[in-house]
Amino acid sequence: MKQTPSQTVGPFYAIGLTRATMNILVSDATQGQRIRIEGQVFDGDGQTVPDAMVEIWQANAYGRYNHPDDKQEKPLDPSFMGWGRSGTDKTGLFSFETVKPGSVPGPDESAQAPHINVTVFARGMLVHAYTRIYFTDEMANKTDPVLNSIKNKERRQTLMAARQEKNGKTVYRFDIRLQGENETVFFDM
Amino acid sequence: MMEIKPYNPRDWKSHPPYMFKAYGSSVKRGPLKRLVPIQQTLSEITGPLFSDVRLEPGENDLTRSANAGMEAMGERLIVVGRVLDENDRPIPNTLIEIWQANAAGRYRHAVDQHNAPLDPNFIGAGRCVTNDKGEYRYLTIRPGAYPWLNHANAWRPAHIHLSLFGPSFVTRLVTQLFFPGDPLIPLDPILNSIPSKRARQRLIASYAHDATEPEFALGYRFDIVLRGRQATPFEAAGK
Repeated sequence: MKQTPSQTVGPFYAIGLTRATMNILVSDATQGQRIRIEGQVFDGDGQTVPDAMVEIWQANAYGRYNHPDDKQEKPLDPSFMGWGRSGTDKTGLFSFETVKPGSVPGPDESAQAPHINVTVFARGMLVHAYTRIYFTDEMANKTDPVLNSIKNKERRQTLMAARQEKNGKTVYRFDIRLQGENETVFFDM
Repeated sequence: MMEIKPYNPRDWKSHPPYMFKAYGSSVKRGPLKRLVPIQQTLSEITGPLFSDVRLEPGENDLTRSANAGMEAMGERLIVVGRVLDENDRPIPNTLIEIWQANAAGRYRHAVDQHNAPLDPNFIGAGRCVTNDKGEYRYLTIRPGAYPWLNHANAWRPAHIHLSLFGPSFVTRLVTQLFFPGDPLIPLDPILNSIPSKRARQRLIASYAHDATEPEFALGYRFDIVLRGRQATPFEAAGK
């Protein structure tokens, strides 16, 4: 059996895919440090992309995924599924309300730095693109196997979300550049 | 140690490239730098399962979801199929999200400026979930073709958008279903971005007389194949 080919989400995906609350991953009961992720999607001309869609998938605050293949002996949080979806607005902006994920294991006894897995869709993207959000204030970034596998050190910076404090909230800024000099690192996985 | 059983790579002979010049919007939006390979970890082999999602009755019926007791205009269609992996194993309990234009070729979306009528009784969105054999079924109307501005006299062939997750982060798929015999198919740069004819054929549903219901609606079959797992696991740190 061969894989069914991918096609673009097109400009009208909001009819079927995005509802207002899908970018809120947390409730009052969710355990962990509350963070907001926000950023803009840019095209190869540096123009914002108003019809992109971003999805995230992440471990809970303890570093465990809500999935049967994650058999770690860490707590599951019944109030945290770990998935969210945000369309971009007229200015290309997307956002998520979530918690900082814990560290999860990587290959060969390594530990991965806390990160959020990202899928990017847009009109004009025939296949979705995979990337990751890392956090500038995590020491573990230095030893993260995926970051270290990116040979060009400057390009690693495209995966770093910078911490800001806004109205008493912790906000991490993560822009996505689909093309250009500072094109975000996208993964083949 | 925890066992990581990775998924097969993306089959780039089946999927379009990011950049396909005939599809104008891809030119500035498709990533151009070489993708960085990742060895799959827990982050990639897990993913959202939506096992808690409760579908409302009727979410798989796009013909009657807009207004109680009212039905959309157009030719009713029953779409059936199976969601499988590359190893021919059914993928049960997986969510399928559906969206499409109405019978006149118009989307219920502010950006769609095509001068064709909106149907007050058609939203154009639905959802369904596969059963334990990987089978799904939804009811809709045949979408119309519609013009777009990609090139002179450009028309999209009739199509239905489908979004699936499968069992992991890497099995995600968004695709489009087309209809057999549509004369616009050879002219469509989006479908023709797929590199081989055989792969393009996999996006064309087939007429299914066994799914056709007498005095009600024609049936079409559309099977969907997501990435399958490799046979050999490798060990990863864990616990």
